[in-house]
Amino acid sequence: MKLQDTRITPSKIGLIDTHVCLAFAGLNADARILIDKARLEAQSHRLTVEDPVTIEYITKYVAGVQQRYTQSGGVRPFGISTLIVGFDKGDKVPRLYQTEPSGIYSAWKANAIGRSSKTVREFLERNHKDGMDREETIKLTVKSLLEVVQTGAKNIEIAIMAPGKAMEMLPVDEIEAYVKNIEAEKQEEAAKKKTRTPGTGTATILTRGPGDVSES
Amino acid sequence: MRGATILKASDDKTRQLNKHTLMAFSGEAGDTVQFAEYIQANAQLYSMRNEADLSPSAMANFVRRELASSLRSRKPYMVNLLLGGVDPITDKPSLYWLDYLAALAPVPYAAHGYAQYYCLSILDKHHHPDIDLDRGLEILRLCTDELKRRLPIDFKGVIVKVVTKDGIREIEYDDSKPVQSA
Repeated sequence: MKLQDTRITPSKIGLIDTHVCLAFAGLNADARILIDKARLEAQSHRLTVEDPVTIEYITKYVAGVQQRYTQSGGVRPFGISTLIVGFDKGDKVPRLYQTEPSGIYSAWKANAIGRSSKTVREFLERNHKDGMDREETIKLTVKSLLEVVQTGAKNIEIAIMAPGKAMEMLPVDEIEAYVKNIEAEKQEEAAKKKTRTPGTGTATILTRGPGDVSES
Repeated sequence: MRGATILKASDDKTRQLNKHTLMAFSGEAGDTVQFAEYIQANAQLYSMRNEADLSPSAMANFVRRELASSLRSRKPYMVNLLLGGVDPITDKPSLYWLDYLAALAPVPYAAHGYAQYYCLSILDKHHHPDIDLDRGLEILRLCTDELKRRLPIDFKGVIVKVVTKDGIREIEYDDSKPVQSA
C-alpha cells in the first residue's frame, strides 16, 4: 500500500456527467467499461433532447446495460455494484441509486456497497437522520467508513455533490482531520464508559477501501 | 430599415466546448447548430473520459478533421467556424479560423462572411500582439461601427463573449448609439 501511487491510480469514484457521480465496488476493469457507456449515453442524451440526464434515467440505463450482460450470448455479467449520486437539473433534492450486477436498481437515502457493506449499512441505518447539513453528512460518512477501514484516511475517498455545483473530491488532509476528530470522540466515550477493556481487534485488514460509501 | 424580412437579434451563434474554448459559427442554417452541437457533445465526452480538457489546438484539429470528412461525404456540412480558447496548461490564448472547406489557420484576429470585407482592414491596422482587453473592445467598436455604416442590411448588433483562462463570459455591448458617417 505504501508503494502505490494514489495520485494517479484510478479512483473508484467517477463522473458520468458534471452533475452525476458514480461510485463502484467490484471489478475495476468492468467498471471502466460501464462508466464509459454511461458517459456516452449522458452526452448523447444532452445532444438529442438538450437536457442533462436525470439521475433516475442514467441509473436505469446503467442497470439496463448490466441486465443485458446477464442475458446475451458470449458475454459475462458486469462484476460490479454501483452507487449513482447527483442532483437533477434545477432540483435541490439529492438522489442516490444503487445498481447490482443482475440489473436491479433501487433508490436510497444512504447506502453502502462492496465488502463489509452490511456492517456499514447497518451503521447508517442506526445513525442516519433526515435534513443533515454538509458537515454532518461528511462526518457520518467518514464515521461509517471507519467502522470497517482500519488504515484510516489513506484508504478513504470522499466525493461531495451539491445542487448546481461541480463534484468536489475532499482532499486527503481534510479527511484525515475528520478521522482524527472522530477517533478522539470515540476515545472520550470509551474513557467515560471505562467498563470493558477497549479494542477487541478481530477485524480484517483491507487493502484498499471497502467500496465507497456515497451519500448525498 | 424596411423590408419583408427581419433578422433575429438574440440568436447566439456560439457554443462553449469546454471551460475555456468557445466556437462561433455561421453558414447554412440548420447545418451550423447541428454540427456545433455535435462537436460540443464530443468535446464534453472527451473531458469526462479523460478528466482533462482538450487544448484549443487539439480541439481545432479535431474540428477540422470532422469537417474534412464531412466535406467528402454525400451531404457535407456548410459551416464556417471561429474557435477561440486559452490553453489550460500554458495559459496561452489562441484563435483559429476554419471555413466550410475545412481550411484551418491560427490567426491573431479573424472574421467570416461579408463582415470580413469591412473588418479585416480595421483589425489589420489596429491589432497589436500585446493589446489588453479594453483596447480589444475599442477595436471591436470600430468594427461594429463600420458594419453599421456600410453593411447593406441591418445586422441587429452583436453578442460579445470573452474567453479568458478563468472561463468564458458574455459582456454587455451597447450599440444603440447612432454612428456618424466617416
